[in-house]
Amino acid sequence: MTNFSNGRSGSRRRSFLKPTEDPLWLKLLLGAVTIGFIAILLLLPLALVFKEALAGGLGGFWKSITEPDALASVRLSLIAAAIAVPLNTVFGIAAAWAIAKYDFRGKTFLVTLIDLPFSVSPVVAGLIYVLVFGMQGWLGPTLADHDIHILFALPGIVLVTVFVTFPFVARELIPLMVDQGRDEEEAAATLGATGFQTFLRVTLPNIKWGLLYGILLCNARALGEFGAVSVVSGHIRGVTNTMPLHVQLLYDNYDYAGAFTVAALLAMLALVTLALKSLLEWRYADELAAAHRH
Amino acid sequence: MSLTVDSVTKKFRRFPALNGASFVAPQGSFVSLLGPSGSGKTTLLRILGGLEFADSGSVRFADLNWLDMPARTRNAGFVFQQYALFKHMTVADNIAFGLRVRPRNKRPSNADIQKRVTELLALVQLPGLEDRYPSQLSGGQRQRVALARALAIEPRMLLLDEPFGALDAKVRKELRADLRRIHDHAGVTTVFVTHDQEEAFAVADLVAVMKDGRIEQYGAPADVRRNPRTPFVSEFLSA
Ligand SMILES: Nc1ncnc2c1ncn2[C@@H]1O[C@H](COP(=O)(O)OP(=O)(O)OP(=O)(O)O)[C@@H](O)[C@H]1O
Ligand SMILES: [Mg+2]
Repeated sequence: MTNFSNGRSGSRRRSFLKPTEDPLWLKLLLGAVTIGFIAILLLLPLALVFKEALAGGLGGFWKSITEPDALASVRLSLIAAAIAVPLNTVFGIAAAWAIAKYDFRGKTFLVTLIDLPFSVSPVVAGLIYVLVFGMQGWLGPTLADHDIHILFALPGIVLVTVFVTFPFVARELIPLMVDQGRDEEEAAATLGATGFQTFLRVTLPNIKWGLLYGILLCNARALGEFGAVSVVSGHIRGVTNTMPLHVQLLYDNYDYAGAFTVAALLAMLALVTLALKSLLEWRYADELAAAHRH
Repeated sequence: MSLTVDSVTKKFRRFPALNGASFVAPQGSFVSLLGPSGSGKTTLLRILGGLEFADSGSVRFADLNWLDMPARTRNAGFVFQQYALFKHMTVADNIAFGLRVRPRNKRPSNADIQKRVTELLALVQLPGLEDRYPSQLSGGQRQRVALARALAIEPRMLLLDEPFGALDAKVRKELRADLRRIHDHAGVTTVFVTHDQEEAFAVADLVAVMKDGRIEQYGAPADVRRNPRTPFVSEFLSA
């Protein structure tokens, strides 16, 4: 006891720093390392992408973008996202609703399953679909008999995109809805509202910003996915190449201007998403904080 | 049109929260549910409101098989301990909610809804607060709005779960007097859960003392106070 109090008074005399405060040189070093990393690994490459894309001037940029195969890849990416994002939005809302508002066996297991696409490598995700729908797969021969094409066609691309972007909306909504509890929904029920009325008038307004945020993240990934789509696409130029695949194809064919132009377009989509996300974060900080408290 | 609760049981997983609770309340009566924490008061109230399902037993109200009806068709106003107001709606929209979700042929016109909201706000003594949001109200004001919202649907039954739990003694006294006045005015059957025995005895026609998921004693406040039937009741009341 005596030793302990001696030790305490000794250390009090020695140090004027707050317990959580680090010395100045450490703060400067950490700051410099962080900024250096961001500059070298993130900003520089991004700037280079735009520089290379514009190497041939605005005219060259425009020409590369309006090239039919590039346009086809943009269209394919947008179609895949336009199908995958709404599907996963509906699924994400339904899953979050079930998990937050009801008690049932196997709930934790369901949450783990929802996270699966995050922990499985996208290439593996693609291969799963090849195993199921490929000519050597379970359903492949049957589907081929009926002239239904999943692999190396739009359905396959949409399927893997759905798989890969599956968790985004649900992950965003589950903590938010768990946090909000069931009180308002129960109140609505006692006031005579049907389930659907309750959802539209009570649940949805309470989650709308978190939902939008989840949709943005989902969309960004849907447009940017490379690995899984690469496995099932078949790389048919102008037909089954999405934007990321088209970038790779142009690059492999030494068409650097073209590759960087499409890459710049992808990067621009990402930047717009980022800007919207920051706007949401800034405007609705409180509600989103509730979503990330867990 | 009386309320008959008969041997209602409810288990959560294996834990019995209600163990055969029974009581009969005449139409228009005001019943207080009193009892220690964990005795099953909230569970019983939520079963009456349709927010929880009973395992066995029956409840009849107004000659209806009450437990077979979903919450939204029971027309029972529920006031929650934590208010459960709709955060993103104004006071007026909160109160109007139960009228706006009615099927089209039973829905009052917008003008009528507005009129009703004004009347209800006057009834709970909050005139002029239509455009506030719940976050801009004090606890007592929120609870009054919650009460007005429950009353807007012209309920046949009013269920209140420790509605004044979070408020200070003076506001509680005011609110319970208002509640009794509103109960008499509306002619509903009211079940009121409270921790506070002084409150239970002051406001109710009938008091039910609960213990371990059962109703230990049930009767008029004066009778229960004068003749506690079990050692538990007398101990609980003298605590
Ligand atoms: N959803 C639930 N899951 C599991 N057990 C529950 C649940 N709800 C209530 N219980 C249990 O049932 C018992 C009765 O709970 P109830 O909420 O009805 O008590 P109460 O009388 O309202 O208590 P309090 O005065 O503290 O509000 C308690 O032991 C509680 O732990
Ligand atoms: Mg309770």
